[in-house]
Amino acid sequence: MGMTITEKILAEHAGVKEIYPGQLIKARLDLVMANDVTAPLAIKEFESVGAKQVFDRDRIVLIPSHFAPNRDVKAAEQCKIMREFARKHQITHYYEVGTAGIEHAFMPEQGLVLPGDCLIGADSHTCTAGALGAFATGVGSTDLAAALITGETWFKVPESMKFVFKGKLRNWVCGKDLILYVIGRIGVDGALYKAMEFTGELIRGLPMEDRLTMCNMAIEAGGKSGIVEPDDITLEYVRPRAKREFKLYKSDPDAKYCEVYEFNGEEIEPQVACPHLPENTHPISQVGNIAIDQAVIGSCTNGRISDLRVAAEVLKGRKVHPYVRLIVIPATPEVYRQALKEGLLETFLDAGGAISTPTCGPCFGGHMGVLAEGERAVSTTNRNFIGRMGHPKSEVYLASPAVVAASAVLGRIASPEEMVS
Amino acid sequence: MLIRGKAWKFGDDVDTDVIIPSLYLVTSDPEELGKHCMEAVDPEFPRKIGKGDIIVAGKNFGCGSSREHAPISIKAAGVSCVIARSFARIFYRNAINIGLPILECPEAADGVSTGDQLEVDLDTGEIRNMSTGRVYRATPFPPFMQELIAAGGLMKYVAKQVGLARGSD
Repeated sequence: MGMTITEKILAEHAGVKEIYPGQLIKARLDLVMANDVTAPLAIKEFESVGAKQVFDRDRIVLIPSHFAPNRDVKAAEQCKIMREFARKHQITHYYEVGTAGIEHAFMPEQGLVLPGDCLIGADSHTCTAGALGAFATGVGSTDLAAALITGETWFKVPESMKFVFKGKLRNWVCGKDLILYVIGRIGVDGALYKAMEFTGELIRGLPMEDRLTMCNMAIEAGGKSGIVEPDDITLEYVRPRAKREFKLYKSDPDAKYCEVYEFNGEEIEPQVACPHLPENTHPISQVGNIAIDQAVIGSCTNGRISDLRVAAEVLKGRKVHPYVRLIVIPATPEVYRQALKEGLLETFLDAGGAISTPTCGPCFGGHMGVLAEGERAVSTTNRNFIGRMGHPKSEVYLASPAVVAASAVLGRIASPEEMVS
Repeated sequence: MLIRGKAWKFGDDVDTDVIIPSLYLVTSDPEELGKHCMEAVDPEFPRKIGKGDIIVAGKNFGCGSSREHAPISIKAAGVSCVIARSFARIFYRNAINIGLPILECPEAADGVSTGDQLEVDLDTGEIRNMSTGRVYRATPFPPFMQELIAAGGLMKYVAKQVGLARGSD
């Protein structure tokens, strides 16, 4: 019987030839990741059982991203717990503020995660790395603590859902719009426990960074993972970055899927997810007149260089609306440097935007742009839950970098199409 | 194991930002996390509930972030069990790993109201609504999870496996 790419990767890491959905397996992990929010709890668990050493110091990634640079004394203490653990166990891939970025943008960019890998991260957006043709999923701190000791974890093999995209992208439409569209169609639990495989001619032509954005939000549909079969675009991205061997897997033609969806790219316009769930998605033409207080461009979803380029294209020669705060957050130091070289940062500054050092920051209401009661933001981030960016009575609308940039200028949620005229 | 408590009803898609807002993620102290459980939707919740009470919710409970602080805060607030139509998968794993009993039962999620007195048998999955007399059946934990729970949670299970000294206590 044919297997999906997800089943093949899991079978390989479980050391078995065949695998079926629902099967419980113990899998070897290529990489284990945690951040400043989740690592301290995992470290506490690690130490509580008397563990003395990690399974492999080269296969653990620890990144201060959420409250870093330290927001306050308590956050500083959390970051310190992780830093001291990293030094004690000589963790190869610990990155300090200044070299660290948001983990899900940083790990693919630095070639830490590669096609064919099986990894867990104590952060729900770990599924991002599926875009490289890897199996990547989020876990909690206790699962992570166990994996720090053993280098293994248990999985229930997920059923796979296939999302086939045909046709071409319309103007100003990107990976973010495609994934918001999918979540709008299937709901925030539409892919619960399942692997979401994105395929079709449109995906095969989609740049790597858009694929990363799509897999990043698989969790927003309840998915266990998102995945794209590796192809020439993947190899072009991975080859200059990889420092170890990697393996390419593809789904068999007779692989089994529990559901198959087909979408036509030409029918998808820029999407906006309205409060308070990512499934509350509408085409921008139907969103109406929504005034905003803040516009955020960044996060593990849309803080990459291509995101900043499109935002700068919209903002070039324009000014941010006087009632709006624009906050731009390059996801990694490399994105920051590249944006500097290309003059994008100057464009943001000229427009009246604020530029932050890489951090998850406002996405989860951490710092660097928290909302007051009654305030409304449009953001390239991934969640618009109640109170996600600050006060329980604030609101977040999710959209692409192009839409957020256009909205920052017009002071209301707007399509970049409106700026052309 | 038998659990008795009063039901507190919540809707669909209760996310981890609602269960414990990010503001409090700078601590892993259960007591502190318990003080802010569910406050984004009900600021009085941590003070209203009694020890052993039970959360009953709709579909996709615990969706969103992987923060283990969410089940920890529920457990520390005094909640003995969560019954829902369905759970988000990371929350499901986390709850089991930290020893917060959870049961999937659509019929109970629909049939129970806030204030009902419930009796839950974790071994059989039977949920008895003492206020209405109705009985619901949830699927009990599969054997491998019972083993994990019997070991005292994931860390003790792992510690035993790799022969760490403190695993057996």
